[in-house]
Amino acid sequence: MSDTPMLDQLETGPWPSFVKDLKRTAAKKPQVKDLLGQLERSYEEKITHWKHGGIVGVLGYGSGIIGRYSDLPDDFPGLEHFHTMRINQPSGWFYTTAALRMLCDIWDQYGSGVMNMHGSTGDIIFLGTTTDNLEPCFQALAQKGFDIGGSGSAMRSPSCCCGPSRCEWSCYDTMEACYDITQEFQFELHRPGFPYKFKFKFSGCPNDCVAAVARADCSVIGVWKDDIRIDAAAVKAYAGGELKPKGGGAHVDKLDIQKDVVDLCPTQCMSWDGNALKINNRECNHCMHCINLMPQALRPGTEKGATILLGSHAPILEGAQMSWVIVPFMEMEKPFDGLKELGANIMEWWTENGKNRERVGELILRLGMREFCLAVGLDPVPQSIKTPRCNPFFFWHPEDFEAEAEGKTYIKL
Amino acid sequence: MAESVSKEELVESIYQEVAKAQGKKQLKAGDLTKLMIKKYGDAVSKNDVKYAIKDLIDSGRCVYTYFGGSFVELPHEEGAAKHI
Repeated sequence: MSDTPMLDQLETGPWPSFVKDLKRTAAKKPQVKDLLGQLERSYEEKITHWKHGGIVGVLGYGSGIIGRYSDLPDDFPGLEHFHTMRINQPSGWFYTTAALRMLCDIWDQYGSGVMNMHGSTGDIIFLGTTTDNLEPCFQALAQKGFDIGGSGSAMRSPSCCCGPSRCEWSCYDTMEACYDITQEFQFELHRPGFPYKFKFKFSGCPNDCVAAVARADCSVIGVWKDDIRIDAAAVKAYAGGELKPKGGGAHVDKLDIQKDVVDLCPTQCMSWDGNALKINNRECNHCMHCINLMPQALRPGTEKGATILLGSHAPILEGAQMSWVIVPFMEMEKPFDGLKELGANIMEWWTENGKNRERVGELILRLGMREFCLAVGLDPVPQSIKTPRCNPFFFWHPEDFEAEAEGKTYIKL
Repeated sequence: MAESVSKEELVESIYQEVAKAQGKKQLKAGDLTKLMIKKYGDAVSKNDVKYAIKDLIDSGRCVYTYFGGSFVELPHEEGAAKHI
């Protein structure tokens, strides 16, 4: 009888199985045989046998290595140390095949050979090595131009969509921004000094292919300021069925512009009289629905930049949150000084005020958006308002009275 | 204007705080920054403390640890690593 009858069942389905891959690797890496054995044991006992954390790392860095140990080291000696290394991925996850082979060779030499392309934060994940192999593996990677990524209470490896390299909708160079911010915040990435993790993610347009709005503490999402560009002839071609919606990837072959586009516009800013499509751009919230359906007829405007949002995270102290608009439009040209300055101010305020394991979005919930804006020097903007006011009370700071005495008016009539 | 503190003194002072807390309280880099600013006032900046911690880590006198959050501690034996 097999040593892993429950895992074997996972190989029987129609999809590729990680069990099959692990068995193949186990033929040359004994620790992977132990890995399969411990997983089978966990399935039997319905409990994990992993411990994580501790003091392992590479010299000078506090990030990028996650200590992992088995609590059954006598039964599975190959898992006594089975540390994870996070390797900072290239922007947009572009590799040459030579780079991929090089990464695999290094991991075959210093680790278990098991890797994950990529972890949810975006890094290359090397799974399973011993403490003694961490430093030589790190050095081997560094010599080939790769660095380890973020973990713990540090900035995590920033990630981005492929941006203008493959996507015509990208409103800024996401890969350049991601690389530049990664270089700017190297200290924060490698030396944990924050209350908890901090993630930057860069999406080129509001389709948000890296899900920055849901996963990044600081989401940088490409957007345009002016009007959506319309090719009226192409709109008619979609209406007549000559052009397929979503380039042929939609649920219908022929677009009903009224039903499929106009009626589903979340702000109802469009109208279609059977001949011409009109857009009230002042009311458009850049959801991309119409552009996605008719990519040959509609395009983002030409005045491009990014919206900066803050605060999303999975449930930790508070429940899950989506990011919150703090800057509706920022120009995104190299060297990205505006974003760097804002990022540094946010990190400073959060480090000063955050409790242990409190993400920046949770701190804003606790202290208020008003305190946040004052601290980082941002003007309040209508786009930051989550819900209308539900009480008539207003807290006045002493400086508000002074400003009023000097002629500042708070209500614009 | 407060008299400035030498980097060596700052590094040593941070080390003493970490040593004093060892086994009782885990200190984050931010805690150490607040402690140093409380002790020296305007004579040290957040940046001074940041680079002093870097010196301590690079020299191996202190290490970063992770136990549900990242801390600065004295090097100690890894509990789970006794068998190697």
